[in-house]
Parts: sequence; C-alpha cells; structure tokens
Amino acid sequence: MYNKGTIIPGLIIFVLFVTFPIWFNGLKAATVPKPELPPGGEKKCVESVEYMRANHMQLLNEWRDNVLRDGNRTVVTVDGKDYRKGLQLACMQCHSNKEKFCDSCHTYAAVKPYCWDCHLSPKEAVSKEETH
Amino acid sequence: MIEKTLKGKPAYWIWLAFLGMFMAVGVACYARQYLFGLGMTGMSRDVSWGLYISQFTFLVGVAAGGVMLVLPYYVHDFKAFGKITILGEFLAIGAITMCLLFIMADLGQPTRALNVVFHPTPHSMLFYDMIVLNGYLFLNILCGWVILTAERKQVHPPKWIYFFVYLSIPFAVSIHTVTAMLYCGLPGRHFWLSAIIAPRFLASAFAAGPALIIIACLILKRVANFDAGKKAMDKLVTIIMYAALLNTFFVFLEVFVGYYSNIPGHKHSIEYLFFGLEHHGHVYNNLVPFMWTSVVLNFGALGLFAWPYARKKNEFLLGLSCVMIFIALWIDKGLGFVFAGFVPNPLDEITEYIPTANELGITLGIWATGFFVVTLLYKIAVGVEHEIEE
Amino acid sequence: MDKQRRKFLKIAGATALAGIGAPALVRLSASNALASEHEHGAAEGHAAEAAHGAPVEEAPQGVRLGMVIDMRKISEQPELLDGAIAACIDAHNIPQFDNRKSEIKWIWKAPFENVFTGESSYHLAKTVKETDFAVLCNHCDDPPCVRACPTQATFKVKANGIVAMDFHRCIGCRFCMAACPYGARSFNWQDPRPYIKKYNKDFPSRMRGVVEKCNFCGERLALGQEPACVEACKGTGAIVFGDLNDAQSEIRQLLDKEFTIQRNPSLGTKPSVFYIV
Repeated sequence: MYNKGTIIPGLIIFVLFVTFPIWFNGLKAATVPKPELPPGGEKKCVESVEYMRANHMQLLNEWRDNVLRDGNRTVVTVDGKDYRKGLQLACMQCHSNKEKFCDSCHTYAAVKPYCWDCHLSPKEAVSKEETH
Repeated sequence: MIEKTLKGKPAYWIWLAFLGMFMAVGVACYARQYLFGLGMTGMSRDVSWGLYISQFTFLVGVAAGGVMLVLPYYVHDFKAFGKITILGEFLAIGAITMCLLFIMADLGQPTRALNVVFHPTPHSMLFYDMIVLNGYLFLNILCGWVILTAERKQVHPPKWIYFFVYLSIPFAVSIHTVTAMLYCGLPGRHFWLSAIIAPRFLASAFAAGPALIIIACLILKRVANFDAGKKAMDKLVTIIMYAALLNTFFVFLEVFVGYYSNIPGHKHSIEYLFFGLEHHGHVYNNLVPFMWTSVVLNFGALGLFAWPYARKKNEFLLGLSCVMIFIALWIDKGLGFVFAGFVPNPLDEITEYIPTANELGITLGIWATGFFVVTLLYKIAVGVEHEIEE
Repeated sequence: MDKQRRKFLKIAGATALAGIGAPALVRLSASNALASEHEHGAAEGHAAEAAHGAPVEEAPQGVRLGMVIDMRKISEQPELLDGAIAACIDAHNIPQFDNRKSEIKWIWKAPFENVFTGESSYHLAKTVKETDFAVLCNHCDDPPCVRACPTQATFKVKANGIVAMDFHRCIGCRFCMAACPYGARSFNWQDPRPYIKKYNKDFPSRMRGVVEKCNFCGERLALGQEPACVEACKGTGAIVFGDLNDAQSEIRQLLDKEFTIQRNPSLGTKPSVFYIV
C-alpha cells in the first residue's frame, strides 16, 4: 500500500471523529426522560396519550391555523372543562411545568421548537405579573 | 473546467485571499446579527430597508446588464462580442449570488425564507422576484457552462441551448422590471410611485453592468493577457453612453415632475436627496454630498465618453470614466433611491439612516463574495480562451 | 396534503408562465385573488368606482369591523387616550423601548398634521391643533400590506375584515412596512422580552425578526369582550367599535349622524377607522 504512513492514521482519526458522540458519552445512552404528569391531577388530555406523543406538534399547528387564519376559536372540552385552543391557553393549563414536561423530552431528542420564543411558559408569565 | 481555478499566479491567490479576508469579516458580522437580530443595523421603524435591500436593487441591475452583450451577439449577430459574451453571463451569476445573499442578510427570520415557496402568493411582487431571479441565475449558469464547454471542444454548441439563450433575454429585462415593481406599486410612497422607475432601472442597469465588464476587460488585459478586442470595447462604450444618458434624462423627468407640479409628496424626497429637507428647524441632509458626487461623476463620465481620445486611445481614461459612471449609478440607485423613499415617513416625520459598522461588514463581505465568484468564473473563461489559442 | 400539493403546483405553474412576461396573466391572477377575497358583489363596486373616478365603498357583505374615534371627547379628556394606549400595551405584551429606532407601537399619539398628512393644517382650530390624535392600523378593506406580503403572514380575516398577522409565518422581509401608507407597522429589531414591563399570561409576546401591529383585539373579541382600547374608554363614547356593515350597530348610527374623516382615503385603501374631529 502506498502512503501507508498517512492513510492509516488518517483513517483512524476519521473513524474516531465520526464516532465522537458515542464514545464521548461513555458508550451509554442518556436515560429516557419521563415527562411529568399534570401536577393538578388531570388524567385526560384532548387526545389519547399515543396520539399526543406522536402528533402534538401537528395538533398545535392545526390549532394555530384554526385560531389565527380560519377564525375558528371553538373551545375544546375535556372532562367537562373548557379550554381555549392554544399552547398557553390550553396545554399549559394542566402541564404547568414546561421544564419538566416539554423540555425533558425536547432536550433528549435535541429539538428546539420556537414556540417559547413568543409563547410564555407559566413560570415566565408570572415573572412579570400584572400588578393591578 | 473547474480545475482551472486551482492553478494561478501568486497575484491570483493574493487577490483571492484578500477577498477571503473580507468574506470572513462578513461571516463574523453576520453571526452577530443572526444572534442579536436586525437591531445590529442602522435600520429603524421609519427607514425599514437599508443598505442590504439597496445593494440588492443595484446588483439586480448589474446582473441584468449582462444582457447588453447577449442581445447584440445572439440576436444581431454582432461577432465582436463573441469573446466577451461569456463575461457578461458570468458577471450576472456573481451579481445574482450577491442579490440572494443580500436578501438573506435582510430577512428577520432567515430560517423561514422558504415560506415564500411553501405559501406561494401571486399577489406579492416578491414572489415573482424570487421566480425571475432564480430563473435568471439558472439560465446564466446553464448557458454559460454549455457554451463554454462547446467552445473548449471547438465544436458548435448544441442547438437546444439557443432556446435558453433567447429565454434569458426577457428574463434579464424581467428581473429588473419586477424589482422596480417592488417599489413602484406601493401607495403612499410618493418617491417610488412612478411609472418611470422600471425604465430608469433598466437604463442605469444597462450602463452599470457593461461599465463593470469594460473595467474587468481592462484588468484582464493586464493580468491575464486577455484581449477583448477594440471593436467590442467601442461598442460597449456606445451602449454605456446611451444608457447613462437615458438614465440621466429619466432622473431629470422625476425632478421636473416634483418641482413643477409642486406637490409636496413628489418633491420632498428629491429635496431631501439634493438639498436636504428642513423639518422643525432641523435640516436633514445626510445624503446631499453623496448625491452631488453622483451628479458630478455622472456628467464627468459622460463628458469623457464623448471625447474620442479618451474613449478610443487612452485606456486609463476609458477605465476611469467607467469607474466614474459605475460609482455614480451606485450612489443613485444603490443608496439614494431606496433610502429617500422612506423620507419623510407616512406621518411626515423624518428619521435618517446611517448604517452601522456591523452592517457595513456584512455588506462588504457579500460584495467580496460576489467578486470572489466572478474571479473564479473569469479564471475559467480566460483559461479556456488561452487553451483554444494554443 | 395531496390537494395542497396540486394547488401549489397549479399556482406555481401559472405564475411561472406569467413571470416570463405576459402582463395579462399577471393581471388575471391578481384579479382572481381579489375576486376570491370579495366573493360576490365586487363587480358592482368596481363599476361604481369607474363611473365616479374615485374609490367607492362596496355594498355591505359579511362583517367588517371598524372604529370611530371621537376626538372631541379625547380633546376634553386627553387621559382617555393615555388609558387606551396603556390598556393595549398591557393586553398585548408590547415592549417599551426608549429609543425611536426600535419602537413597537400598536396605538399611539400624534398631532393632527402628522396623522392627516393630506389635509390642510393651515389655521387649524385651536383644540384640534393642541390635541394628540390616536393612530393605529386602519384595517383597510383593501390593504396594501396584504398585497405585498410574500407569505400571507399578514392577511384579511374573511369573517370580520380584520387585517391580521400570523407571527409564525412572517419571514421579516418588511415589505408590508414599506407598503403601509399609514406607518402602522413595527418590526422587532431585537428580542422584545426584556423590554416588556408586565406580562399578560393569556397572550404571547413576539420574537425578534417579525413584524407586528394592532390586531383589533381578535383574541378578546373571541371571548365576547371589546377591544382593550375601547374598554378603557367605556362609558365615554370616545372610541366606538362595531360592524360597519350592520345598519343597526352603534357605530353605524354614529357614522350616519356625525361627519367623519378617514386617513388618506385618496389611496383607495378604504380604511375602517374613522375620526370625528
């Protein structure tokens, strides 16, 4: 083989570089997060757990278009309680801890939804509360 | 053919490194802007478009200017342009690259740029601008590349390419027309609300683009031993002269309409550009020195062009007059036209715009990127030319 | 999904054709878009327009929300306008910047000569001269900003005529700001959150890089409430809000009785905000 001296170390460096995330984490995957259930004890969501787990982002987009574009602001009723469509108005009413609910999975999956650039988490909202 | 960009004299590499330095500064400045927001620029609620959009507007013109080589050569069979038509096409590629980069730099949410495609909106002029700009970029890459490849093999280009060559002519006109329509269809912005904007844009484009090509040819003659030929240069000068004259005439018409009608809305922006606008005891006149420089350079260049000695015998004076007309038109369209449209604002208030250092860094970076692209493409074109001659 | 793709392909195909340089096609697609916005009765309106040579309001159809601002009342009690502005700021998490460059304004104050730039302000009545006028988005019936927006991030709500914003979709090109002849639009030049004094927990803030403006309190209307500025002036009649197309509404009764003016009606935008001077 020609240029053995450069090719082999080069290959080793390449393989190490590509596998960096694996060995950097010590060959073990991070623990699967357990999002916190609503502290208020609500048991039912607007859809089944499986549906929400897989499709909550689509549902939020649908609500967004309903409310903003189609003028369809009909309330969603779950267990006799009415919720207005919206991240702040519905979801966060029960899942009041964004850090333990939303962030736990999003961090694990390394996704950064831009929801929170505008929408206020319950914690953020009370940081500058109405004073009158 | 790309391999031709990898071999060159030290001067070539120094030039690329010099541009690369500005590009690096541009990237660093853009990173700052991306993280903080457009508040890093001098733009404001009142002057909501600044240097990025004005450079975009000017460079669309430079790109469209390339058609002043394509049209005579392919439609009128003006053989003398045979050698430099490719330079026009490659210049257009560089200019459109800059245009697209300037648009990206100007977006508040650049990651959402594709929304223009996902939610196509036929009543927005920006939608058409996207179509024609990308179309023109594609056409120039295609035509330039296919024809240069054929030239290298010393065969006739395939017949089908002529369809795209002819198609690129209306596209060149349409890119600048649609860009003018971004401005001239807006109610309440009197300075822009004028049917002469599109013709004026085209006239200045057909002067600025070819002027840059003459400058490039003069440089290539010295550094790359590439001679465009006397006849071609003469014709280009004629084109520049008539286009610049038309542009001057159109600007004069705008001034006449503003001042003779005496309608404040029509007059204010022109007054702001050339004399400064007085408002509550304060005179706002940031752009006045620039605009008069533009006027002086414009007439100076026209005078030089009219002097046969300067035009035909003295390459230094020819180059100088091209630089002068290019700068004059850049000030007129690349600064004055966009900024003055926002003065005064719809509530008759005045805010002046002064770009920040960070904004200038990004702007220079994008210009450097454009020159970088054009340098590489011209290296290929000239390389092929030399290969045939051997 | 498939239907959307087909629709996209259709539009893209048609516009590519138009882009090549057939202005007739451009006109065709533009008038189509207009026709779909106005649904029916548009033809009559256009005919009337041509006959008189000036923009004419079309025959009423559907709901068109509008506002009458009674400046006589505000000049008597200028604090009413301050209260309305404060209520809007609280309701919509509007940041307060101390420099003019970054300002975000939904409803604000300006002198008559700045608000009504087309009207004469020569020898203006003293009260008019000394009173600050309320300025806000006109929620035009034919909004230039909607025409300009390349992504439909700003659009007219069919159900009530509000010119609304979808902040999720806005790319921040600021074409709408250049297009608006009333200076009603603001851009988030930077993250607004640090400059918001108090949060309304039922409303989002905005992010940097998007355009915003008055939304006629669409979110409050959905709850059966009046817009925040109208509520702040409750009982005084300084700001009256309602359906311009409903002959029985309070706003129509007022418009039928009083002489009102609109900002720059000559531009054909058909503003929905009226002023009693």
